[in-house]
Amino acid sequence: MSSATIDLPLHGNGTQLFRKLRRLTFLFWPAAIVAFFVILGQQYQWIDVYPEQWVLPVQDWLNQAMKWLIHECSFGLFTFKELTRSLAWLVSWPFKLGMGLLVQGFDISFQLPLLGRIEGHLPHVSWLGVVGCVSLLGHYLQGWKLALISGGCFLYLAVFGQWVSAMETFSSILVAVPLGVLFGLILGIISYWSKTAEILIRPLLDMMQTVPIFAYLVPILFLFGFGPVSAMLGTVIYAVPPMVRCTHLGLQAVPDSQLEAGITSGCSRIQLFIKIKLPSALHQIMVGINQVIMLTLNMVIIASMIGAGGLGYDVLTALRRLHIGRGLEAGIAIVVLAIALDRLSQAITQSRRRKTASSKNEGIRHRHSLTALGLLFATLALGAEFQWIALYPEDWFISTAPFWDGLMSWINIHLYDVLNTLRSFLLIYLLVPLKKFLLGLPWSVVIAVLAYAGYRLGGWRLALLIAAAALFPAITGYWEKTMYTVYLCGIGVCIAALIGIPIGILAAGNDRLASGLQIILDTLQTLPAFVYLMPCVMLFRVGDVSALVAIVAYAVVPAIRYTLHGIRLVPIPVLEASTMSGCRKRQILTKVQFPLALPQIMLGINQTIMLALSMVVITSLIGTSDLGQEVYIALTKADIGRGMVAGLGVACIATVSDRLIQAATARQKLKLGLA
Amino acid sequence: MPNWKKCLASLVLAAVFSLPLTGLSGTIPESKDPIKITLHDWTGQIINSHIMGEVLQEMGYNVEYVVADYLAQFAGLESGDLHVAMEMWETTGKQAMEASLATGKTEDMGETGMWAKEEWWYPSYMKEKCPGLPDWKALNDCAEVFATPMTAPKGRYLGGPVTWGGHDEERIEALGLDYEVVHSGTNAALFSELKAAYERKAPILLWVYAPHWVPIKYDGEWVEFPEYCDECYDDPSWGVNPDKAYDCGKPYGWIKKVAWAGLKDKWPGAHRAIKGFHIENEVIGELIAEVDLEGRKVKDVAAEWVQNNRDVWNSWTK
Repeated sequence: MSSATIDLPLHGNGTQLFRKLRRLTFLFWPAAIVAFFVILGQQYQWIDVYPEQWVLPVQDWLNQAMKWLIHECSFGLFTFKELTRSLAWLVSWPFKLGMGLLVQGFDISFQLPLLGRIEGHLPHVSWLGVVGCVSLLGHYLQGWKLALISGGCFLYLAVFGQWVSAMETFSSILVAVPLGVLFGLILGIISYWSKTAEILIRPLLDMMQTVPIFAYLVPILFLFGFGPVSAMLGTVIYAVPPMVRCTHLGLQAVPDSQLEAGITSGCSRIQLFIKIKLPSALHQIMVGINQVIMLTLNMVIIASMIGAGGLGYDVLTALRRLHIGRGLEAGIAIVVLAIALDRLSQAITQSRRRKTASSKNEGIRHRHSLTALGLLFATLALGAEFQWIALYPEDWFISTAPFWDGLMSWINIHLYDVLNTLRSFLLIYLLVPLKKFLLGLPWSVVIAVLAYAGYRLGGWRLALLIAAAALFPAITGYWEKTMYTVYLCGIGVCIAALIGIPIGILAAGNDRLASGLQIILDTLQTLPAFVYLMPCVMLFRVGDVSALVAIVAYAVVPAIRYTLHGIRLVPIPVLEASTMSGCRKRQILTKVQFPLALPQIMLGINQTIMLALSMVVITSLIGTSDLGQEVYIALTKADIGRGMVAGLGVACIATVSDRLIQAATARQKLKLGLA
Repeated sequence: MPNWKKCLASLVLAAVFSLPLTGLSGTIPESKDPIKITLHDWTGQIINSHIMGEVLQEMGYNVEYVVADYLAQFAGLESGDLHVAMEMWETTGKQAMEASLATGKTEDMGETGMWAKEEWWYPSYMKEKCPGLPDWKALNDCAEVFATPMTAPKGRYLGGPVTWGGHDEERIEALGLDYEVVHSGTNAALFSELKAAYERKAPILLWVYAPHWVPIKYDGEWVEFPEYCDECYDDPSWGVNPDKAYDCGKPYGWIKKVAWAGLKDKWPGAHRAIKGFHIENEVIGELIAEVDLEGRKVKDVAAEWVQNNRDVWNSWTK
């Protein structure tokens, strides 16, 4: 008996040690691969550095393909370009309607049989009318609180002198968002119906989100013409992917019991889809719509570089003149618009659910819409008499710009030394060594290790896919720039995760913090990076540190959101069970909540990577020598192929990281019994 | 949706869209359609565009301003979506412009009369720390002054975006300067650094160009390099360094107007006026200062100039 008691722990220790060693074996193969290639690399130069003569002229192929598409592609009766042009023409109508309604008014002139020619100008809706209607909508959907928020947001636009630009942006959003939602729904439904479509659509979505818009800007301009419409389409391309993903996810998550109920009550396939699946996926779809709104507003600044005026253009011009305060005000106007639209769209989802519960507020709706109509006509009529009702007078503008400019100068003069030390520290101890390390890695080793990771996590098919994606930058001759991008985004993602996950965990246990955080997250996601980039450049100078700040600020959002969401999703019975079994708070966090939330958190990291990569286009505007810069140079030389190849390089980074993380998450889920 | 339906729908759309636009010739305006002038994001260009627009409106044309990217606009100019671009700088847009002219769908509308000056520039307080300036030979004595931890012991020269070209790396090598070029990504980034340094009276040496508000607002000087000539860039044996080209300053660059090739036939009168457009650096410099430093509106400044200078622009239209 005594021997047993002594033996057991020893035996236990032995297996534990053995297990630990076995766990470490997964490191053996990568190490072996690295060693193998490093030794070989000393012998053969091509293992170390991809030889130039092996670079395939993919750029030229793409250039030729684009040329064909733009100039020659034809369907017999009409060419491809004519088709796209007519689409653009179609889309321009609702935009013109919106502009007429909110900004310009309408010039009417028509011929009447008896009265002769009638000409006149119908004024645009007054600012008071818009603020009033938005508040009414808020009140109808959720009550006084939302009315105050949404009305206040629009009031900000008027008071701070952003009204005209904001309405211009607003009317382009009113077109872009429904367009994005429609496309997203269609693609989402298609990918839900057909497995092959899903396989084809998924990489397409990654590309849409990560290939910088500058890469396909020139072909878009050729095909869809110049101006707000092209800008809108560019925006839609960027904003659609989350909509597709959410639709797909929502449809998949429809509970079997509901489907069975539908089938037993004799629904046809179409009825089943329209009456059961779509309504039950509605909540998830609304999440998608919300993301479309956010991303559309995020693209406002890039869109303004193409031909959309509005707030984005104001931000750009203000910053060109280094009027940081005014740039900030215009930037906040974008945020405010986003917040108002977001809250309203969220309220629509919730009120829909309430409405199904009781339909008695039919009368209230009519009261609201009648008031709104009355308000519109009253302000319209009064606006003809009193100028200040039609358009907010300039004398009433408030501006906080001098304060911000002053603050910036103060920080610059007094805190520069501290910031400079921070910057030097970051550069010398973190950025430069890592950059040297990553740029020094032989390309073949990187691809081999990545492929091995793919094999371990998902088998041969994943390994092949990842190897192909990783090979693309090498084949096209962009290996170095790609590694530079990986370095910049990699550090950005790490810092974002280190900041974001703890904040998410903290907020999950504190409702007040969480609701306060919501506004900060919305701001970070929609405030144009340019607004804080220029102050960054002033304090940190042109270079990688400024770029890093921009990446972290933008990419930290999903890290926080998904962590928060994941931890809140942990089922309450599980928490109760662990409390019952005597876990302390910290134990619950580290042993129960965190592991269970890990798949969600990993999804957040995945999105963090995507967003970091989508910032590449912005960092090129500060002055980094990554793929973003290559895309930008290609744009200036009107070299479509070059830009597209560099853009696809970004998409390849995204694909590799996305697939690896998804495979890892799937395994984790399996382990936890969640799948 | 079946395929034939899609085809039919697009066919109808295409048919409506491609209705020919007809213009009556002879009287001004030859066509009521708006002439679309592009706006970029720097003040001088916006003022010029508005001056041109005001003049065309005085002549009786309809004008529309479209915000467009400086380089991406060529796609629009070639297809006729856009009609006039008022500023194309030799130094930054030459390649894109030549590529576009080669398609035959755009037309070179001649020089604006403004010249782009681009050179190394420093704030005047740097003269105390580096008394030999503005002569370029003094640069090497002060390399330490301009150095940062990242470039030490070499001096740091903040260049423009890579897309601007400028041959600064070659210049540094040819003249044997102990400096390193750091490229900024945009205009705004470039001058943000200047603003910050100027407030702190910190050392800075950077690429500045004119016409622009920066040399008007901030007190400073251009570095004087050996004067530019064509041989300097083409012939290594010319200049201080017998083995290398680029051993001189930067050339003055023209600023041209570019238009859609169809402009000539559709609005011949406007075509003449745009070709005739001519303005001097000093004039535009003052207007830029009024907008950027005094905070007046571009529209007012341009309209005022057009009202006060009828003789000047009347000569363009002949």
